[in-house]
Amino acid sequence: MTRDLRRSFGSEEAVAGVDLEVEAGEIYGFLGPNGAGKSTTVRMLCTLLGPTSGSATVAGLDVVADAAAVRLRIGVALQEAALDEKQTGREILELQGRLYGMKGDVLKKRIDTVLGFVDIGDAIDRRVGTYSGGMKRRVDLASALLHEPEVLFLDEPTTGLDPVSRTKVWEEVNRLNRDLDVTIFLTTQYLEEADVLADRVGIIDAGMLVAEGTPDELKRQVGSDLVVVELEDGAEIAPTELERLPGVTAVSQHGHELSVSSANGAALVSDLVVALDQRGVGVASLTLRTPSLDDVFLAATGHRIDPGDEQ
Amino acid sequence: MSLAKPSGFAGDLATVARRALRSLLREPEAIIPALTIPVFFYAVNIGALQDLAESAPGELDFKAFQLPVAIVFAVTGVSRANLLVTDIQSGYLDKLLVTPVRRSALLLGMMVADFVLVLCLSSLVVVLGFVVGVRFDSGAIGVLAFLLLSSAWGLAFTGFPYTVALRTGNPAAVNSAFLIFFPFAFLTTSFLPMEALTSWLRALATWNPVTYLLAGLRSLVSDGWVPDDLVRALASVGGIGLVTFSMAFSSLQKRVATG
Repeated sequence: MTRDLRRSFGSEEAVAGVDLEVEAGEIYGFLGPNGAGKSTTVRMLCTLLGPTSGSATVAGLDVVADAAAVRLRIGVALQEAALDEKQTGREILELQGRLYGMKGDVLKKRIDTVLGFVDIGDAIDRRVGTYSGGMKRRVDLASALLHEPEVLFLDEPTTGLDPVSRTKVWEEVNRLNRDLDVTIFLTTQYLEEADVLADRVGIIDAGMLVAEGTPDELKRQVGSDLVVVELEDGAEIAPTELERLPGVTAVSQHGHELSVSSANGAALVSDLVVALDQRGVGVASLTLRTPSLDDVFLAATGHRIDPGDEQ
Repeated sequence: MSLAKPSGFAGDLATVARRALRSLLREPEAIIPALTIPVFFYAVNIGALQDLAESAPGELDFKAFQLPVAIVFAVTGVSRANLLVTDIQSGYLDKLLVTPVRRSALLLGMMVADFVLVLCLSSLVVVLGFVVGVRFDSGAIGVLAFLLLSSAWGLAFTGFPYTVALRTGNPAAVNSAFLIFFPFAFLTTSFLPMEALTSWLRALATWNPVTYLLAGLRSLVSDGWVPDDLVRALASVGGIGLVTFSMAFSSLQKRVATG
C-alpha cells in the first residue's frame, strides 16, 4: 500500500504522488512506458530507494522504518536478471538461501522445490555466463522465491526476451500465484503481459497513476466496442461531428486516428462510413474491435505506449 | 509461513566470503600477475643490484633485504574491487541489497577473500626466498609473524581500491587506483637502505609507512625479534588500515544509502 508516494532526482520528480493498494494473493500489473516511474516505485517498495515524501507499506511493514523486516518478507527479481556470471545457477541459489538464514538439508530441499517451478534442467549446475536471457530470468525468479516470500516483485520480467521465453515466464508467474498464493507486483511495458497476467492493472505515466482496475473494467471504461478510423493524409473532421451519430458514446482523435466508442460497433459502422463520405473525409482504413489496454492507455494519457518500447 | 530469518553477521560474512573466494579461483588471470610481478622484480633487483649493494661497507644480505620488497609488490593493491564494480554495474549488488544481508558483510566478506589471497601470495614468495637461500633469524614463529604482517598490509591497502570502486562504480577508475601503489612501493627503502638514499628520497621515505613495514619485515628476516621495528611496522599497517577502511566503509554507506 502506498500513500502519496513521491521520489525526486534533483529537480525531476520520477514518482509524483502514487496511491496503490494491492490485495494479498493478487497479481497487480503496473503498466507504463519506459521512464514512467515503474522501476523507481518498485525500488522504493523493495527498500533500495527511500521516498522523497509519502509512505509505503509492504506485507504490513513500513519500507523505511522496518526496511530489514520488509526484506525478509519480499522476493525480488529486478530488471535484467543481474546474476554473477562466474557462479553456477545452484551456487547463486545457495548463496541467496544462506542470506535468508537457510542451510543444510532445508536449503537443499528448498532449492529442489523451486527448481520444480522453473524449467532450467541440468543447466542449473552450469555457470550463469553460459545461460540465455530466458534461463537467467528463470534462475533469478527461482532465487526470488527461495525463502517463500509473501510478496514477489517482478520488475519487467520479460523485457528483452523472445516470445517463446516470454510465454514461459508468464506460465510460471501464473503457476506461482495459483499454487503458492504469493502476492505478485509486476511492472511491465507490455500491454499484452498486463492483460494476460494481472488481476488488476495500474497505469502509470509521468510518475502518476492515471487509471486503475481489472483489465476488463478498464476496457469497459473506453466502451464495449471500438471503431478505429484511420484518415487519409490531409483528411480532417471534428470529433464533435461524429459524437452526434446515434449509438456513439465517445470520440477521440490522435493524429490521423479517430477512436469511436459505442455499445454496438457493428450497428454503427455503416452510419459512420456514410457520415464520413457525406463530409468528403477520406478513410484509409476502418477497424471494428473490442478495446485493448492500449486504448485504455491512450484514453488515460492522450498518447500510446511508445512503439519503440515494444519488442 | 516464510522460511526467511536473519542469518547473523557471521553467517552473512561466511556466505559473501565463500562466493568471493570461489570467484577468485575462477579468475586465474587476476592471480597470475600478482605472483609473476614480484618474482620478476625479485630476480631483476637481485641480478642488477646484489653485487653493488653487498660491496658497500657493512654486512648486507641483499636477497634477504629484497624479500620483503617482493612481498610488498605481491600483496599491495590485490583486492576483489573489480568483482565489486562488476556487481555494481550488472545490478547484482542491488539483488544482494534487497536481501537481509548486513551491508558491512558485503565488503568484509570480499576482504576475507583478499586476506586469504595475500596470505597465499606471501607464502609463495617466502618459499621462493627459502629456495634462493634466505633464512629467518626469528625462526619458524618469525616466518609466521612475517606472513601475518605482510598479509595485514595487503588487507589494509585494499581499502583504497574498494573506496574507488564504491565511489565510482567504474572498472577503469579501479584499475587506475593501482597508481597509488607506486609512491608507496618506490619512495622508500625498496632498493637500498635508508642511509644510502639521497636526501630528498630519504625525507619522503621517512613519511612513507612502507619504510617501517619493510624495516619490521627485514628485522624478522635478518635481526631476529626487534620490538621497536615490529611496533613501528604494526603501527604503520594499523594507521593505513584505519584510514583506508574508514574511507571504504564510509563509501559503502554512501553507496547503499536509500536517500
